[in-house]
Amino acid sequence: MNIILLSTLLLAAIGGISAVILNVVARRFQVDEDDRVRLIEEILPAANCGGCGYPGCRGFAEACVKASTLAGLRCPVGGDELMAKVGAMLGVAAPTSVQMIAVVRCNGTCDHRPKINRYDGAQSCAVESMLYGGDTGCSYGCLSHGDCVKACRFDAIYINRETLLPEVIEDKCTACGACVKACPKTIIEMRKKGPGSRRIFVNCVNKDKGAVSRKACSVSCIACGKCQQACNYNAITLSDNLAYIDYNMCSLCRACVEVCPTSAIAELNFPAKKRQESVD
Amino acid sequence: MDFFPFKKYTSRSFRIGGIHPPECKLSAGNPIVALSPPETAVIPIVQSLGIPSSPVVKKGDRVKVGTLIARSNGFVSANIHSSVSGIVRKIDEITDQSGYLRTAIFIDVEGDEWSEEIDRSEELVKEIKLSPREIIGVIEKNGIVGLGGATFPTHIKLTPPAGMTAEVLVINAVECEPYLTSDHRLMLEKSDEILVGIELLMKAAQVKKAVIGIEDNKADAIRLFSEKVRHYTGIEVVALKVQYPQGSEKHLIDAILHRQVGSGQLPVSVGAVVQNVGTAFAVYEAVQKNKPLVERVVTISGKSVHRPSNLLVRVGTPIRQLIDAAGGLPEDTGKIIVGGPMMGKAVVNMEIPVVKGCSGVLLMPSLESQRTKMKPCIRCSRCVQVCPMGLEPYLLGAAGELSLWDRAEHERVMDCIECGCCSFTCPANRPLVDFIRLCKAKAGAIIRARK
Repeated sequence: MNIILLSTLLLAAIGGISAVILNVVARRFQVDEDDRVRLIEEILPAANCGGCGYPGCRGFAEACVKASTLAGLRCPVGGDELMAKVGAMLGVAAPTSVQMIAVVRCNGTCDHRPKINRYDGAQSCAVESMLYGGDTGCSYGCLSHGDCVKACRFDAIYINRETLLPEVIEDKCTACGACVKACPKTIIEMRKKGPGSRRIFVNCVNKDKGAVSRKACSVSCIACGKCQQACNYNAITLSDNLAYIDYNMCSLCRACVEVCPTSAIAELNFPAKKRQESVD
Repeated sequence: MDFFPFKKYTSRSFRIGGIHPPECKLSAGNPIVALSPPETAVIPIVQSLGIPSSPVVKKGDRVKVGTLIARSNGFVSANIHSSVSGIVRKIDEITDQSGYLRTAIFIDVEGDEWSEEIDRSEELVKEIKLSPREIIGVIEKNGIVGLGGATFPTHIKLTPPAGMTAEVLVINAVECEPYLTSDHRLMLEKSDEILVGIELLMKAAQVKKAVIGIEDNKADAIRLFSEKVRHYTGIEVVALKVQYPQGSEKHLIDAILHRQVGSGQLPVSVGAVVQNVGTAFAVYEAVQKNKPLVERVVTISGKSVHRPSNLLVRVGTPIRQLIDAAGGLPEDTGKIIVGGPMMGKAVVNMEIPVVKGCSGVLLMPSLESQRTKMKPCIRCSRCVQVCPMGLEPYLLGAAGELSLWDRAEHERVMDCIECGCCSFTCPANRPLVDFIRLCKAKAGAIIRARK
């Protein structure tokens, strides 16, 4: 009996001393932290995608609490709704900004851009881009191995099996920018989603001279300048044998789309234009 | 008569790793044949490591063989001379070895007129009249770059950085890549000129000792040179084991001098200057015959090639002409490789021009060219065993696949010499060198951005 009592008391004593030590250490080394960081982190999407520019959702929460205003701080996944909630928690005005979306700027399908050799290396866009100009005549075009698909954490992009080009699923894209960074040819660009999801962009990034790029792909931009002439809003610039539409200036009038001789300018989510009957 | 059963030479080799791919020296017995100049010479302005050269000719200019057509454009850069005589048609872009469009000078060839300064006689000129600095000046003027494939401008290699002195000149006559025999034939046919070239390099680098490293499978070259160096002071011949990559700079120094070049260091930090035997011949021609680097020996070979040959080719010749001279493109060709099968590059068409660094054109049969499907790594460690730099290729390959650049840098990916031993041995067909090259490119960019 004695030994049982002794063991129990001894264990209790050890337990008690450990508790005291732990308590003292916990208080002594406690990290003082603003409780708001934890509260904000709880309402963030927890995707840790880095789209905000901070290391993970925790990093973004800390940045929000530290900053005096929320200017320049935006979680692209949560969008305006989420930033309003964060603003409410911190008692500051929440910024609103334009919803962006990833846009793939290449239309080099197998029909438009024939293959002239066979690539037999590692199935990665970054590797192929480093090795040579690709299996078509256009060394700027999409290589179809899907580095962008691997980079996306929201399943918002996939490679279309028939065109072999990436396609963005509009509802899922959070504009975090991972695919933009993953593409070695900088084909994907972050652009304004546009009212009613309508947008217009030059569907080509080829910087070779017009004759060279046209031979490689039938829908390439040849920098003829007709779009620039047609635009009444100064939205189009030409440089390095390539036209570019500034999404902040574009009024979505579609004048450029009609005049492009190679159909290199794409319009997304527009209703079909009514045919104008010509009056004889 | 030799009573003792021991070999007179014990073939040396480097310390760790390496593989022995089939040698396939199909063209070793074929003497060098000069190929006629092309109809249009396309000379890229990128013919050496470093900064591309700037063209100094324009459309309509008349040039002769040896006329300067592009000037060195910075510290690591080299002059380029016309390899043909004719009229400059245009300066435009062409797809070159890199697989991308690059600027090149297009010359319509008319006749074969050489610049008057060049001595075209076959007579051997042994006397060396110039000082070390003058020799380096002539080498620089004539656009001599390393002909082993790296194309590093020779005049820079011969001028060690401050604080380092060269003690030994190592001549790389190893030619460890399968199929290639251009250096071998050059050694058999131009041995006297090469030895004068070596003396010139010794004087330029201000060293008293030179060692010529030759692989065992070139016994005739070893015998010939061992005989001839007896008439020279300070030059000796060392036979090396047939092991790939014996011809790599760092491994050659390890095998011959038993010195290891530190990570990220230059060979001159251990007192060695390494030059390819083809470069030694080019130096002889530049200094003694006033001839710039405008042509080189290229091996054209392959198992189905009708006439595997060693051709003396002008820079700017499309490889189509070499293929035709070797009997035409075999029907079963799957890949055309410029360089050797281990480190060479597959090219996209036959209009690719021959450049200074092109040592061979290989036509690989389709069955041997195609890669089999990549499988997951089975951690067999064969790649670790064969890596001659002591790295862990499976790990670096995985880092490349997963974009872990900082991990790759930590695991010494910048020490990789891209020899291909790991990809060669991998039983899971993993393209390790492809991923490691990607790691090197990305990690290298990060390291440069830090400075």
